[in-house]
Amino acid sequence: MTLSSSASPDVLVLGGGLVGSAVAYGLAREGARVTVLDEDDGGFRASRGNFGLVWIQGKGYGLSPYARWSRSSAVRWPGFADALLAETGIDVALRQPGGFHFCFNEAELADREKRLSTLNAELGDYPYQMLDAAEVRERIAQVGPAVIGASYTPMDGHVNPLKLLRGLHAAMQTRGVRLVPGERAERIVPDANGFTVHARRGTYRAARVVLAAGLGNRALAPFVGLNAPVAPNRGQVLVTERVAPFLHYPTLNVRQTDEGSVQFGDSMEEVGLNDFTTTHVLSDIARRGVRAFPMLKDVRLVRMWAALRVYSPDGFPIYDRSQTHPGAFVVTCHSGVTLAAAHALRVAPWISGAPMPDELPSFSARRFENAAELTPAH
Amino acid sequence: MTSQTIHTLFKPLPGEQGAAAIEIWFNDRPLTVAAGRSVAAALFAAGISRFRATPVSGAPRAPYCMMGACFECLVEIDGVPSRQSCMVEVKAGMRVRSQEGARDLPPAAPIDASLENAHGR
Repeated sequence: MTLSSSASPDVLVLGGGLVGSAVAYGLAREGARVTVLDEDDGGFRASRGNFGLVWIQGKGYGLSPYARWSRSSAVRWPGFADALLAETGIDVALRQPGGFHFCFNEAELADREKRLSTLNAELGDYPYQMLDAAEVRERIAQVGPAVIGASYTPMDGHVNPLKLLRGLHAAMQTRGVRLVPGERAERIVPDANGFTVHARRGTYRAARVVLAAGLGNRALAPFVGLNAPVAPNRGQVLVTERVAPFLHYPTLNVRQTDEGSVQFGDSMEEVGLNDFTTTHVLSDIARRGVRAFPMLKDVRLVRMWAALRVYSPDGFPIYDRSQTHPGAFVVTCHSGVTLAAAHALRVAPWISGAPMPDELPSFSARRFENAAELTPAH
Repeated sequence: MTSQTIHTLFKPLPGEQGAAAIEIWFNDRPLTVAAGRSVAAALFAAGISRFRATPVSGAPRAPYCMMGACFECLVEIDGVPSRQSCMVEVKAGMRVRSQEGARDLPPAAPIDASLENAHGR
């Protein structure tokens, strides 16, 4: 069902990262004709710098619908990965063996227990275990003596995020989505029949428009009566040479990829639109990684990078349909990997006309209008 | 060993022929190479083209960038796995082995960082 590129699409998706591509792929599965405008490498491109976790544990503390929403994506992930493999031949290397969050002192362990027991009380079915040092070592023999315990939940997993982005691009284009690379959306003009998007090189029209432009959503949202007060939150990542498989579970800050590299991460900094690396943060990340796994002391680091998370004021996603221009939607979050299955299989049908998923009313940006205090996510 | 018949795509630049010859080992085979070069350049000049097998597909690999960026030139040097042969200066008696797939952890011997970046960045 490949369509002529001259035909006007049903939906314009602004942004070709993990969020926009997942939504576009889902829309194509619903039978919609879709055009995706993707910025060039001058963009901040969070989808090319992320860590690759499909992570549930601890998420939604302070806003439990976020935990339900994230889990609804995690449980759809196996079928989603199978579909990408069947449609494109690309294996995104999904593994969901459950994940560990290591603790190095009693206060961290107590905080972890409180967070997970609160979520369990609010959600009911929320499997987790608090493990002491011996129990952690039974499951992961290589952890160092500094690890005094850990939380584990069977809900967590990881993928190869670069293969995911490639898989989504391939899958959506196989289903007829037109991807326009190097095209930054700059202005949206609503009219009676839809929207005209003025981009750097061309002009595009559709009855519906989805803002999935990451940090760019902040400037685009007001054109269509939406609000996306997102700001950058920098994360830095170290990656090692490929080593023989030793770590068969993802952890919050260390994971071994399907191809053998070890990634270290989970720094958070508010430094504006600055995606440079800094030595002191990277050395902290490395030190924490080696405390968890002393045998990595001499492993060779081969790359380091920083990328900017797309953070709302409370850290939770924003999903909204414009009240003044009902064909316009915004989809923005900092967990484009975890939520990819939900974006393709639940958000896209909503944009196509199905009822809004039950969890989503909690994520309207209207929550920021009278917000006196905000609880950080993660 | 007796004289080697070398088939190599690489030749020293004019004026570079005078370097002292040293002996190293590659996969238990002795090689006579010019001193003062990187391990990668020395192996290339000696006709070696398969430096390693990738951990992902097992495909053969050889140096690509020769300046420390691409990590295609990994070899084991004196028992230390996954070294960038383009970044290490060749020394007499070095025991070099092709890097067959991913290295194991922990390493067999501590890494001598002073040998790193023999050619700067």
